[in-house]
Amino acid sequence: MADIESRVRDIIVTELGVEPSKVTPEASFVEDLGADSLDTVELVMAFEEEFGIEIPDEDAEKMETVGDAIKYLTEKEGA
Amino acid sequence: MSTEKRRVVITGAGLITAVANDLASNWDALLSGISGTDTITSFDPSRLEVRLAAEVKNFDPADYLDKKEVRRTDRFCQFALVAAAEALRTAGLGESPDVESDRFGVITGSGIGGIGTLEQQHLVYLEKGPDRVSPFFVPMFIADMAPGLISMKYGAKGPNYSTQSACASSAHAIGNAFKLIQRGIADVIISGGTESSVTPLTMAGFASMKALSSRNDEPEKASRPFDANRDGFVLGEGGGLVVLEALEHARARGAPIMAEVVGYGLTADAHHMTAPAPEGEGAQRAMRQALEDGGLQPEDIDYINAHGTSTPFNDLSETQAIKKVFGDHAHELVVSSTKSMTGHTLGAAGGVEGVICTLVVKEGKIPPTINFSEPDPDCDLNYSFNEATERPVELALSNSFGFGGHNVTLAIKRWEE
Repeated sequence: MADIESRVRDIIVTELGVEPSKVTPEASFVEDLGADSLDTVELVMAFEEEFGIEIPDEDAEKMETVGDAIKYLTEKEGA
Repeated sequence: MSTEKRRVVITGAGLITAVANDLASNWDALLSGISGTDTITSFDPSRLEVRLAAEVKNFDPADYLDKKEVRRTDRFCQFALVAAAEALRTAGLGESPDVESDRFGVITGSGIGGIGTLEQQHLVYLEKGPDRVSPFFVPMFIADMAPGLISMKYGAKGPNYSTQSACASSAHAIGNAFKLIQRGIADVIISGGTESSVTPLTMAGFASMKALSSRNDEPEKASRPFDANRDGFVLGEGGGLVVLEALEHARARGAPIMAEVVGYGLTADAHHMTAPAPEGEGAQRAMRQALEDGGLQPEDIDYINAHGTSTPFNDLSETQAIKKVFGDHAHELVVSSTKSMTGHTLGAAGGVEGVICTLVVKEGKIPPTINFSEPDPDCDLNYSFNEATERPVELALSNSFGFGGHNVTLAIKRWEE
């Protein structure tokens, strides 16, 4: 579990160019981490690439916080 | 809009080229006659017929831009942002320019745009499929993102666009910006050009045209404009931007004035996709127009920063054109090609050389045309071969000609009250 979380956090730090300390579970991609619409598309693509999965647009739209992403990807990995 | 012509001055300049990464270092290097050309290092050029270029060196965008800006910008836009910051700094406008936002424009030129990004994303498309193409591909690739990004950084909400006319792109940009300020449509415009296209595909394409020098074994000598043994141009990269400003606006804020823009000529050859018209007929008309626009006589010109690409065709036809326009005076004035040092920065060339002409009139020093070894009997002007020339320069012309038959001449004057 911790492994997935750290992989997700690493991707967010790289893709959004933010300080690791800001990437908390409650942090919102748009509100707290300064992501715009292009960043969020690229972020989802990076998750897909890292975990070898497809994330449908309707699922991607629900991923608003770091915690949302970790939970979603943990469930996908477990499936 | 007033129909009265306002005077337009250059109050700031920024420069990044293969010979140096800032204005002052560029000037020193150019006067010393340093070549920026070497074997390509940004990728493995071993498959290419031409393996040399004038690449910008030791450039780490993270030294100038934040991590996020670096990730979402192509190198050509990074050059533009860096040169814009330097131009604003030298103009005394700093990081938060105190200019009325809708009177503050950005007009830059780029011949190609982010072709490095295009090549990389096309590989992604082929190898991983369309779903993996980055959402940043289009915004990073399009040439107009350079003026767009500069406007966002500095709150410049006036005229904003990119000009595209191959190697005349940024000369058109400066000319257009000059006219907009002259006619009262804007007060301050950041203008010039940027290009970064030393990529495998671009190199292969220009090599296929036989446009490039193939002097792979001595790259530093490959760009040799007006020399008998010239064999093509050297692809360069970089950015050259100026702050153009209405004289009254510059005076009101006590700005340092570097030079004045006084003339703009722009014509088409209507002749051939890549070859210049015989005797540089279109270039002749561009130079004449620039003189006329500035109310100048041929005898007024002390220096011409030539397009001078080091191709057999360009240097011959440009020399012929200069002789046609200037007559006997062609042998009195000094002509030099700084592309002998910076390489040919394509769409950035007009901006880079506009900055150089600004320094020439300001400092009274003319950078040389390096790598001369054997005279070409048909190129018989004073090209300041191998050594800089010190002489007062009241008026300089900058020539820029692009594939497609575009010709632009800018006239830049030493600043006097």
